[in-house]
Amino acid sequence: MIDRGLDGGLARRLKALACTAPLHDLDARKAKLDWADATAYQMAEIALHTIDQVTVAMDFDTGASHEVIVRRLLPFIAAQAPHRDKAEHEKVARWVLDNLLNVGTVDRGFRSIYGTVGPDGAYERRAFDFKLLVELSAPNGEIYLRATDEAINVLVGALDTDVESAQIAAEVKLENLIKRGRLADAKLAAEQARYRTVQYGETLRTILDATRRDVRSVDWEHAVPELLDSALEHIESRFQAENAILRNITKARDEAEDPGRKRSAAELVEIVTDCITRHTQLQARLQAAGAYFRAEQDRQQFAGPPRKGGVDVFGQLLVPTLGLAVGEAKAPVESYFRAASGPSTPGVATLPSLVSMLLRPAPERSTLVGELPDPELAPAEDADRFSTEHWRRADELLDLAEVPRRLSGLLEAARETDADLARLVALRVLHAYSPEVGAAVRTGETTALIAVDDGTSLDDPEFGGTDLLVATAMVSAELAEIDTASDPAPDAAPDNPDIPDIPDTAEEVA
Amino acid sequence: MSSARDIAKDAESAARLIAYGLRPKQLPARDASYAELVRRYSEDREFTQLTQSVAAGLGLMVLDVSHQAGAVLAATDESAFEIKMDSYARQSKIRERRDTEKVMHGIIHLAVAALAFPRPDDLGNDTYVGRVTVDQVDAVVREACRILDERAARAEANDDPPSDAPELEQAWRAYARRPETATTKDGRLAPDTTRGMISRALRFLSEQGFLVHVNADDGGTYRTTPRYQVQVRELAADAAFTELLDLDVVAISGEDGSLRAGSTGTL
Repeated sequence: MIDRGLDGGLARRLKALACTAPLHDLDARKAKLDWADATAYQMAEIALHTIDQVTVAMDFDTGASHEVIVRRLLPFIAAQAPHRDKAEHEKVARWVLDNLLNVGTVDRGFRSIYGTVGPDGAYERRAFDFKLLVELSAPNGEIYLRATDEAINVLVGALDTDVESAQIAAEVKLENLIKRGRLADAKLAAEQARYRTVQYGETLRTILDATRRDVRSVDWEHAVPELLDSALEHIESRFQAENAILRNITKARDEAEDPGRKRSAAELVEIVTDCITRHTQLQARLQAAGAYFRAEQDRQQFAGPPRKGGVDVFGQLLVPTLGLAVGEAKAPVESYFRAASGPSTPGVATLPSLVSMLLRPAPERSTLVGELPDPELAPAEDADRFSTEHWRRADELLDLAEVPRRLSGLLEAARETDADLARLVALRVLHAYSPEVGAAVRTGETTALIAVDDGTSLDDPEFGGTDLLVATAMVSAELAEIDTASDPAPDAAPDNPDIPDIPDTAEEVA
Repeated sequence: MSSARDIAKDAESAARLIAYGLRPKQLPARDASYAELVRRYSEDREFTQLTQSVAAGLGLMVLDVSHQAGAVLAATDESAFEIKMDSYARQSKIRERRDTEKVMHGIIHLAVAALAFPRPDDLGNDTYVGRVTVDQVDAVVREACRILDERAARAEANDDPPSDAPELEQAWRAYARRPETATTKDGRLAPDTTRGMISRALRFLSEQGFLVHVNADDGGTYRTTPRYQVQVRELAADAAFTELLDLDVVAISGEDGSLRAGSTGTL
């Protein structure tokens, strides 16, 4: 049994945490962008600013398009890297916007896996799907952006709060802050209040939308009138409060001496004015809502008495199917589709059409693409340090049938031919210090070169370290297994990558 | 007794009626010989029998033959005329789970029918003509998703899908997750979005002679044909209903239908 701490509270916090992950992810990935050195930009900041801009642009019906948002982001991005050109700033804006939408995935959203405790007390993993920005289509067919609830929560850092109570708290806070002259905090509170207003508007918008689709889907008898009443009351009190605040800060703005303080007061005036505009907008909608409902009711009233009974496609087919798990829903939707799609008329290949198709001359391709340019091929650079001849000679030198030889002797013999050959021999002997027995067994070789350190130091003009003893050892599969079992040294393990753990043997000193 | 020649002639007529039925856009009102065959089908019982036998031999079922709809045919299981979900949904990308994709397409087709015939008696009323738009279909499904979401939230059980068993995710979640629309480089409708899928379904149904394109308002507006009504009423609704009955998830519905959320979330 797991501690019940892994319950709803934890899951809620994990989900809240997950919503911020796409923002952190932007900064983690910016270094990998190949079209610009994007490390100069603070991507999470730009992302928050993007959500900010989208949210502020949201009104009752539509929101801002991609282009508008990109344009509004440019000054903010340009401030982070003023020396870069405008095209790059725009690219950054688009990249952030695309990533907030998660373009490239089918769902254009994010998924996070979190753990929870099931009814039987066992730990289980669940998927939490969320989106930050969504694209919706306006009545004129254009696409615009809206921020989701998750995004607004990331932005204002308040989760699952009741819109109305949060609004009151924010307003009270705002008034107090202005009285105490803390304008920076007051600005923050005013901005939060504005987001609350937007959220409030969203609630109303969904209700009106649902009403337009079907009057009966919304409870216009109790729930909506109550909501409208409280919203109107709320706006009335907010108007008073905001006008009072506006007077206060206008005074603060005009009397302020310090330019910074003057500016923040001016910004605050702007935000509060915007709040008032939004409240006016909301109020207009609220007042029109009743008439809207009556108009929709008239429009949607269906006529005609019932005649014969049939299946209620929506209630008896669509909704139960939507409630099923995907695996279960497959059978009903497939049988519906099969029955509802009507017969298909298979296309028949007729002999005349087949013959004429076969007799049609092949299209002359040259007229379509033009001349193929002959590619100019530059010879590839010789990547190998050592020639085949070197390798052959090294093989000869290292073919030690019975007697082991010292590295110094081998080097001397090699140097008679070529200085490069000596280097190759030194490297191969160094490699043999940790022979890949496992690899030799796998490739079916019978012998392997082995170098052993017996403590003699190497006296050589070019190389330093130990004068290794080099010998050829026989390899057999059974022995190799015993070897690995008995030898605890890690570099003797067959699967060890060939980075031998060498002392200061045979280092190039030249 | 009819002679062998007469029998052959009747068989030819029956087959011709079926051939007309296979061309969904041909209507008896526009073709005198088609109209004559339809008349004969409804008056001559032997001819009715013969037509049905010929159809059965071909792997077809005669759902209805009427002056408005013409001959409405349906393919029987495993017949050459059958359109399978697999071939319809095949264009979808492979990486998305195939089942989810099929269920999404199926739900959209159900929603089209639900919107075309909002009340049960709209299906029964031969003179009823339904109207469907892309906007409405998406809105209807999303509204249903929202209500199911609210219902799930009220139940206070955690029903986020398990991460290792995507087939247990509820269909409405898969739909709600899918974006409504998305920008594409060339400004066309993205085929993976719900609006893209709905447009495709409506185009498909109009090619099958079930819908008629009216105008491009609201993402594309279509009206239903009598043929669609017959198809849904006589076969498709029952087929899906039987499957749901087997899964024991059928809701009882009143005579007004339930394309509305009722009072507090009861569908």
